[in-house]
Amino acid sequence: MAKKKQHTVLKVPAIEHGTVIDHLPPRAALTVVRILAVLEDLVTIGVNLSSHVMGRKDVVKIANRKLSPDEVAKIAIIAPRATLNIIESYVVVKKYTVTPPDVVEGIVRCVNPSCITNHETVRTRFSVLKAEDGSLRLRCAYCERAYDRQEIEIV
Amino acid sequence: MTFAGSDVISIADFSREQILRILAVAEQAERGRLPVFTSRKIMAVLFFEPSTRTRLSFESAMQRLGGTVIGFADAASTSTKKGESLFDTIRMVENYADVLVIRHPLEGSARLAAEAASPPVINCGDGANQHPTQTFLDLFAIRKTHPRFGAADQPPLRIGFLGDLKYGRTVHSLSIALSHFPCELVFISPPSLALPRHLKEILTARGVACVEAERVEQHIDSLDILYAVRLQKERFADQLEYERVRGAYVVQAGMLARVKPNLRILHPLPRVGEITTDVDRTPHAYYFEQAGLGVPVRQAILALVLGLV
Repeated sequence: MAKKKQHTVLKVPAIEHGTVIDHLPPRAALTVVRILAVLEDLVTIGVNLSSHVMGRKDVVKIANRKLSPDEVAKIAIIAPRATLNIIESYVVVKKYTVTPPDVVEGIVRCVNPSCITNHETVRTRFSVLKAEDGSLRLRCAYCERAYDRQEIEIV
Repeated sequence: MTFAGSDVISIADFSREQILRILAVAEQAERGRLPVFTSRKIMAVLFFEPSTRTRLSFESAMQRLGGTVIGFADAASTSTKKGESLFDTIRMVENYADVLVIRHPLEGSARLAAEAASPPVINCGDGANQHPTQTFLDLFAIRKTHPRFGAADQPPLRIGFLGDLKYGRTVHSLSIALSHFPCELVFISPPSLALPRHLKEILTARGVACVEAERVEQHIDSLDILYAVRLQKERFADQLEYERVRGAYVVQAGMLARVKPNLRILHPLPRVGEITTDVDRTPHAYYFEQAGLGVPVRQAILALVLGLV
């Protein structure tokens, strides 16, 4: 009986140049693509991939682009443990874990309907409160309410 | 430490030293020892929401310092009705006055006003968020009734909070301010109206000893201060539950038989039945005197931010 041919297929195709955003929590990939607004870029997404560390994870690969500090800050808020891999000629030339900034401006909407930022044209500002267990909370500089990361809305 | 030109927006912005400085200047004001302005100073009162105590005590404070007052006490008489933004209103008014005092129903409005205006802005209540001058007044009342308050080498004061601790803005601000000083805090409320978790976390992280309880009788005899606030009927989903528990959060003269002689009962007022009138005649009642401290405390704040002292 003929032996079946073994195929090695990458679940998410490799990119030649660009950025791989790895170790996103499940279901975070679509949010990352939405907020990075990379309509003109070649983007590949892996959702619910198996991961030794996380059990399940999402991955986003963006070809031919490096992320701005603002974009990295947004990712750090959504996925404080995400890793960024900078790819050149199919090789990882730099790899690092994102660091949530102390303050984020203009990237999070306050979910408090009575907050002034939802009634006037104001660039929002949140301080990022980092707990020892790595979890994040965000405090609105205006209404002073603090929210868990899961409660916030990225602009 | 200089206050001149500073905004007063949130109690969270103030250090222990700054709080003590405000209380010291309030003491000077109370003794009539504050100077008056030598050049004409104008305070703009921008009250987008009604208030009597805060607005009148601010106006009185400014006039006692020799300043004058312009402004409005009702948003209906302003261009807000025509759709003008708060930011634009502030940018316009800042040209007319040396200090702006603002009350507005939206949370964070005072912070936005402070960013829009060059002169100092004083928050007199931004929705459910902050009312810092009330907190300075409450601290001044504690200091006056317990002169050891604020001294590091004294035993901590035991301060009880009674009533709706979940929504009570004055309770939140005062408990955060007290975390700078040696004290033990006792929070007495129905479980559904307990102090919010994030505040408990802040107090615990700052090393403040906190106790939670459901009945005032369990703790009243050990307290130095009892700070009562209203238990609002509309906060209860079940009106029967409100009727059932409200009695546990009423202070009556009969409960004061074994309390410490120097226990003082504070209340931000107005009270609606949570302290019975028979308490008024006891030496423990201090809420009316407390309301009277609004003027010297606000004189102190105005004098400091306008660089008079």
